[in-house]
Amino acid sequence: MCLGIPGQVKEIYDMNGIRMGKVDFNGIVKDVCLAYLPDITVGDYTIVHVGFAITRLDEQSALETLALFQSIGLLDEELRSNAAEEEAA
Amino acid sequence: MKYLDEYRDPDLAQRLFAEIRRITTRPWAIMEVCGGQTHSIIRNGIDQLLPEAIELIHGPGCPVCVTPLEIIDKALAIASRPNVIFCSFGDMLRVPGSAKDLFRVKSEGGDVRVVYSPLDAVRLAQQHPDREVVFFGIGFETTAPANAMAVLQAHRLGLRNFSMLVSHVLVPPAISAIMESPTNRVQGFLAAGHVCSVMGTWQYRPLVERYHVPIVVTGFEPLDVLEGIRRVVLQLEAGRAELDNAYERAVRPEGNVAAQQVLSEVFEVTDRAWRGIGVIPQSGWRLRNAYRAYDAEARFAVGDIQTRESPICRSGEVLQGMLKPNQCPAFGKECTPRTPLGATMVSSEGACAAYYQYGRFIKAEEVGVAR
Repeated sequence: MCLGIPGQVKEIYDMNGIRMGKVDFNGIVKDVCLAYLPDITVGDYTIVHVGFAITRLDEQSALETLALFQSIGLLDEELRSNAAEEEAA
Repeated sequence: MKYLDEYRDPDLAQRLFAEIRRITTRPWAIMEVCGGQTHSIIRNGIDQLLPEAIELIHGPGCPVCVTPLEIIDKALAIASRPNVIFCSFGDMLRVPGSAKDLFRVKSEGGDVRVVYSPLDAVRLAQQHPDREVVFFGIGFETTAPANAMAVLQAHRLGLRNFSMLVSHVLVPPAISAIMESPTNRVQGFLAAGHVCSVMGTWQYRPLVERYHVPIVVTGFEPLDVLEGIRRVVLQLEAGRAELDNAYERAVRPEGNVAAQQVLSEVFEVTDRAWRGIGVIPQSGWRLRNAYRAYDAEARFAVGDIQTRESPICRSGEVLQGMLKPNQCPAFGKECTPRTPLGATMVSSEGACAAYYQYGRFIKAEEVGVAR
């Protein structure tokens, strides 16, 4: 829950007055709230916690972390387990 | 040397281990506060590769583990109600309450749903105006901004069928409680990086000064953890106690100001019970009066709850760094991730679950792990 995953903002949109974005985590794209990073723009990297972008990250650090998380299976664990549990329900 | 070739940069890891060995002249006990760091330490065998003089004490920073039993029981009671859609982060579903867990409630017909973001629960409330949607709002300062925004959003949308069971906890008061405990052995802290991404680092300066204890803000990857340890040991060996930031790429001194503004709009500080530890003064957040309409505890009148912990679970001692998970007699026997007796065996951030997942059934010194 607290791990936080770096991803790249691909698109920014508004949902009921909240700033949202599509964020790409090495191929898995999620809807993420960007309200706490009002200056972030498309192409920037951020760390995401429970669907919220909480801090900016430079591209190199983000890519290195993503590659590491993917190699040890943490990406799926953080991003897919919930969806899988829902499907199983 | 065990595990080392699995590091992203084995050469750098090797150099950091060597450097820590070089500067360590005396025994030191260092606490990693965050469960995510505990997970990284056990997964990568960092504790076994460090010099023997350095002991890592696993801290209480696993939100799933410290959410009080009474709140879990309240969650179970609310989730069992026929008109409720109960939404939670996935790792809360197996946390044992006094009699059962949320998975059991679900199998008994309760509408329990795992969501990725608390905003998903707000959306469910919009989609089901005839149902009561309740979100289980737990966690440290990292998840709190998300939960605060969900409450604000429900308020903006005028949703009357959304509420939150709030049990937020805060890191700095926990560090105070650890330092003031008569049994404390901790001499330096790795502070939780992402908590500081939100809250900044300034909250830790008074702790450094009051307790003369080094606090180093640290990330979650193996190399981050090693660098955090190296900086704590450097201070300890020199007799210094300073606030240091080893995770600058994600942590600014002021933190995320926009998030802090929303947090103080929605939440106020309160005393909070920590599972296995007890009440820590001013260690949590609850909804402010202006948002009491969204307080699930008030809405569902679940005040009268008799709790009962497992009589053999010793997770309280694990959470306070007094016992390593594999020193508990029930570890890996009566208590496994499939049949957890305590919350520390549930979440991947819990120390017991991390020890189980990575096969730490026997204490390192008993098998003579090479360092």
